[in-house]
Amino acid sequence: MTDQTLSTKPTQNAVAARSVLLGRARWGIAEYAFWAIAIALYFVMPNKLMLLSEIAILGLLALSIDLVLGYAGIVTLGQGAFFGVGAYAAGLAARYGAGDAPWSDPLLGLLIGGGVAGLLGFVTSFLVLRGSDLSRLMVTLGVALIVEELVNQMKWLTGGSDGLQGVMPSAVLGIWDFDLYGKTAYLYSLAVLFVLFFIARRIVKSPFGLSLLAIKGNPLRTRAIGLPINGRLVTVYTIGAIYAGIAGALVTQTTQFASPDYVAFHRSADALLMLVFGGAGHLYGGLIGSVIFRVMQDFLGNITPQYWQFWLGLMLVLLVLFVRGGILGLLAKMRDRMMRKEENAP
Amino acid sequence: MTIVLEARQLVKKFGGITATDHIDFRLPEGARHALIGPNGAGKTTFVNLLSGVLVPTSGEILLAGKDVTGWSARRRAHAGMARTFQINQLFADLTPVETLMLTIAERENAGWAWFRPVGARTDFVDEAVQLLADLGLSDIAHLRVGELAYGKQRLLEIAVALAQKPKVLLLDEPAAGVPEHEREQILDVVAALPSSVALILIEHDMHLVFRFAKSISVLVNGGLFVEGTPDEIANDPRVRQVYLGEEVVHV
Repeated sequence: MTDQTLSTKPTQNAVAARSVLLGRARWGIAEYAFWAIAIALYFVMPNKLMLLSEIAILGLLALSIDLVLGYAGIVTLGQGAFFGVGAYAAGLAARYGAGDAPWSDPLLGLLIGGGVAGLLGFVTSFLVLRGSDLSRLMVTLGVALIVEELVNQMKWLTGGSDGLQGVMPSAVLGIWDFDLYGKTAYLYSLAVLFVLFFIARRIVKSPFGLSLLAIKGNPLRTRAIGLPINGRLVTVYTIGAIYAGIAGALVTQTTQFASPDYVAFHRSADALLMLVFGGAGHLYGGLIGSVIFRVMQDFLGNITPQYWQFWLGLMLVLLVLFVRGGILGLLAKMRDRMMRKEENAP
Repeated sequence: MTIVLEARQLVKKFGGITATDHIDFRLPEGARHALIGPNGAGKTTFVNLLSGVLVPTSGEILLAGKDVTGWSARRRAHAGMARTFQINQLFADLTPVETLMLTIAERENAGWAWFRPVGARTDFVDEAVQLLADLGLSDIAHLRVGELAYGKQRLLEIAVALAQKPKVLLLDEPAAGVPEHEREQILDVVAALPSSVALILIEHDMHLVFRFAKSISVLVNGGLFVEGTPDEIANDPRVRQVYLGEEVVHV
């Protein structure tokens, strides 16, 4: 018995390590619950479906920032640029192809929105490879301001400050038409969010995702072990831009309108704020943050319509000062504390 | 004997200061070579030049016969160069297993894999676990690196470099700052390093140097002062004068 234990010990360690590593990629109960609730809301709140759809889309935008910031550590204030570019690209496709398949097909619109935004993301990613957090913040902000101004000035294409009218996407998969109540909008947004979330989840749990955390953690060492930092950062920044572009395409399709507001600076700032609220580096942080952000906006906006942002700002300050890591960070800390207590208990 | 690493007339200047002054250096296969010298002699600068962290002002570096002078640290790593750092450069939020999985994946060009989870490559897991066992790190394999004791982090520094399966390993003061009771473990690990790896050891600790080194170079003011066997170095009156000073060497 003893001999056997000794001789198999390394293998036991290896088996344990495999299960620990793979266990990190396994879906937890809380995750199943999260998505079950998201679906259940369709039935529970039938008169809030447009709001829910908007939350799902904002969640996708915040998720795109999480990939770039929460995992790869690239501080960005310019994700709104990709959101806006995706919104207009999909909007133009649906407008000029109005009713004509395939140009007004929503799924094609997502590809167009994500593709154009991804292209912009790829080109501008080379600007964020080097430099401090501050210079990255300024560069991403600069790109966003340029895009914002272009959208406002190119009236012949974008409709300028009037926005892009007459966006008429055809039915999703040729079956579900967009309706006034947002039934199609919510399920469609939620489905797209889930698929992209699923892919993002695979990415962050993979060796590629691990390398992003490593780059964020210690660039000097990542170079020393032969890891191609620039290639990884360009890739994740481009993926983040595609995600944001698809979120933009979704908002245009579900509201049948593209507004210069989508590329406005506050769009980037709001999305970043949602992520910080929920907690960066968990994937769910952006999703939870977007729920809280929009619900607070609605709730506080009703009580104090003139200065709901006052309360938002106050919460932000308190959260960042006292609960670093956002709401999910707080939950993780509480879980760790409870587990430690259990371990210490006789 | 095959030379795995060579420096020819290597110079590095920082403004008016010459940190590395025309160094000629040859490291044979399987070497156990120590680099010593007083503080500010340019030991770490020399290592940074060899590993590609710094670009030399002039001169050449050859790794396994290839001119790698213009190569990035990343490319040199793939060509068989590994190093540890004087000040720990680890991933505080990862675990030791994850750190090694990452390193092995990059070595095998599998770091781009994005769909399957980190533990899916069982051959990598087995190798990482074995390496941790070899270095006595099995029981802390799944803790956050940031929470590990300093001595364990120093061992992980070596483990990461070994996971690269290097031809040349640069150990920059592996025992620096390690408390006495954890020191022996590090000495044992250094002693047990595979003979296929050519080793350069930078160390202040003369005990460690004279225990492992088969050859020693003394750097003074950025230049190569003298080279020789441990015996020659220990008995060289010039070395005593410039470097060892009042200190007496125990061999």
